[in-house]
Amino acid sequence: MIGNIIKKEFKELFILSTILPIVVIAIVYGSVGQMIGNVGETIKEKPVIGIVDMDAGNFSVVAMSVLTENAKVVYDGTDTEEGLQEVRKENGVALLAIPANFSQNIYDNRPGEIEIYWIMKGAGMMDSISSGTMEGLIQAVNQEISKTLIQQGSSSDPALVLNPTTRVDTTFFKGKEIEGLSPSTLSNMLMSQSIVIPIVVMMLIIMAGASVISSMGLEKENKTLETLLTLPVRRSHIVIGKMVGSALVGMIMAAIYMIGFSRYMTSFQVADINLADFGLALGMQDYLLIGISLFVALLAGLALCIVLGTFAKNYRSAQALVFPITALALISTFIVMFKDFDTIPAVLKVLVFAIPFSHPMMAIRALMLDNYPLVIGGIAYAAVFTVAMVAVAVRIFNSDRLLTGSVRKRAARGKLGWGFRR
Amino acid sequence: MKAVEVRELVKDYGNFRAIKGISFEVSEKEIFGLIGPNGAGKTTALRTIATLLQITSGSITVFGYELPKQAGEVRKIISYLPEEAGAYKNLTGKEYLNFIAKFFGDGEKFQNMVQRGLEIANLGERINDKVDTYSKGMTRRLLVGRALMVNPRLAILDEPTTGLDVINAQEVRRIINSAVEAGVVVLLSSHNMLEVELLCHRIALINDGRIVASGTAEELKKEYDARNIEEAFVRAIK
Repeated sequence: MIGNIIKKEFKELFILSTILPIVVIAIVYGSVGQMIGNVGETIKEKPVIGIVDMDAGNFSVVAMSVLTENAKVVYDGTDTEEGLQEVRKENGVALLAIPANFSQNIYDNRPGEIEIYWIMKGAGMMDSISSGTMEGLIQAVNQEISKTLIQQGSSSDPALVLNPTTRVDTTFFKGKEIEGLSPSTLSNMLMSQSIVIPIVVMMLIIMAGASVISSMGLEKENKTLETLLTLPVRRSHIVIGKMVGSALVGMIMAAIYMIGFSRYMTSFQVADINLADFGLALGMQDYLLIGISLFVALLAGLALCIVLGTFAKNYRSAQALVFPITALALISTFIVMFKDFDTIPAVLKVLVFAIPFSHPMMAIRALMLDNYPLVIGGIAYAAVFTVAMVAVAVRIFNSDRLLTGSVRKRAARGKLGWGFRR
Repeated sequence: MKAVEVRELVKDYGNFRAIKGISFEVSEKEIFGLIGPNGAGKTTALRTIATLLQITSGSITVFGYELPKQAGEVRKIISYLPEEAGAYKNLTGKEYLNFIAKFFGDGEKFQNMVQRGLEIANLGERINDKVDTYSKGMTRRLLVGRALMVNPRLAILDEPTTGLDVINAQEVRRIINSAVEAGVVVLLSSHNMLEVELLCHRIALINDGRIVASGTAEELKKEYDARNIEEAFVRAIK
């Protein structure tokens, strides 16, 4: 008897709509796990660097020994430009230039200056790991020189003995030369600016999407759908009406966000650093593009939700159908937060681009770095995706499927499947 | 012109044939009833005429408009009341009538429709309460009001009195009769044979997707030598 009940429960619960979201989420975790695995390898690897030693003094020798021991040095010469080219070619992290008077300055009770030319690849959380390793190495150089000074019984200022070097950072990132910022500072700044949008987009898509899917479920549960479909109104108008109704609510939320965000960006500073000073501030047209990207992505998400909503049999099943949307929104959010679009593997690139809500998530960072093709391409893609999904939804609205659901194979043997009456 | 002409209608759900080639006509100023047991194909036939389902084969015309080609035109002149219809629960009864009437007209025409809906529903002050608070009978009256207020040329009513008590059922039948007097053609389905006998001018007996007999109640009773339609139906399907 109990076996019979277990069998019935299993058959009722083990259905595609409950299993699919779990499969998708498992794939997401698997992909993130794969990415974390690569990061572990990155941490273990020695950073690839170039060194330009114009000093050849006692302390530059100390610095050189620390660096050569702990890093893979691909350039050791005196030409900065040549060194940069070599580091870039070898996919390196940075070129360290030790000026001619480095050791003498330290002896003269002045900090020795190290010029660091960073090659930054991406601005995601995981992209700055190799530069983080390099930061640790520079700290080790500082400590080793400090130790040498103490061993030599230096009579210098104790503050200088403890911190004998200073650094001048220049970061090359996506065609921009940003002076005075290291990749970790820049990454933190970009992250603090662009982290809000993915979360807002994720919330918007999940909330507005859930309302559209629930609306479809409620139409069926409340038995209002049949009446609606016999009214003198085009199917496309029903689909668009449902979408735009939810999109308007989403837009109001987005507009409130954008007003606050614009103000936030104007006055945003990290450690007394103004983004505008580094050519990273957004202009009016950038905000407009972000707004358009957000709106089109919202429409695309809602169009997808309408299609999913047609599978809802009632309010309860509609709730289950929200999971795929939530999973897609989570995939976009995680990937965009952890990695830069340019630094993710090709398969993930295709996945991220294919999810229309990824584009507003990536828009701020892309616009700060003048990557207009990615943003405009994303808007165009999301618009095409919306039109395609609306067409699919209208086709479903014009078919029997909306009212009859699917007919199981056994119907062929003379029994009816679920979802329709004769 | 015939209000409805159905010719050799076949409707399949996947591999299952729900309607197996039925034909009938409904004339103007007529109440035509499709009667039969649950699963006979009544709802499928009405849904197909109401433009909700695709035709597998055969033809349907409604006041000369051909389905599915002119479905948009048909929707302008019909009103469909599904058996298990509901209304939007967060709207009041009046808001629901307003919502529906806006699809059919504006200005004075809209106002008149809503007024007619209010009169048919006859819910008094409760019309301003949310539909969520209505009893089944009140909801059904609101829906009958909704279906008939738009002055359809053809009202398609699927089991219009199902689930209603005797008083409410009688009231709904009265409303249907007065709509027909005002020129509306009614095509209804029911498994309540007594109701159909009371209400319909002509009847088609449907069983297992086929029309087994049709005519007036008197004609059918005479043909099958039966005391009532129920008896005629049982004899017709034997």
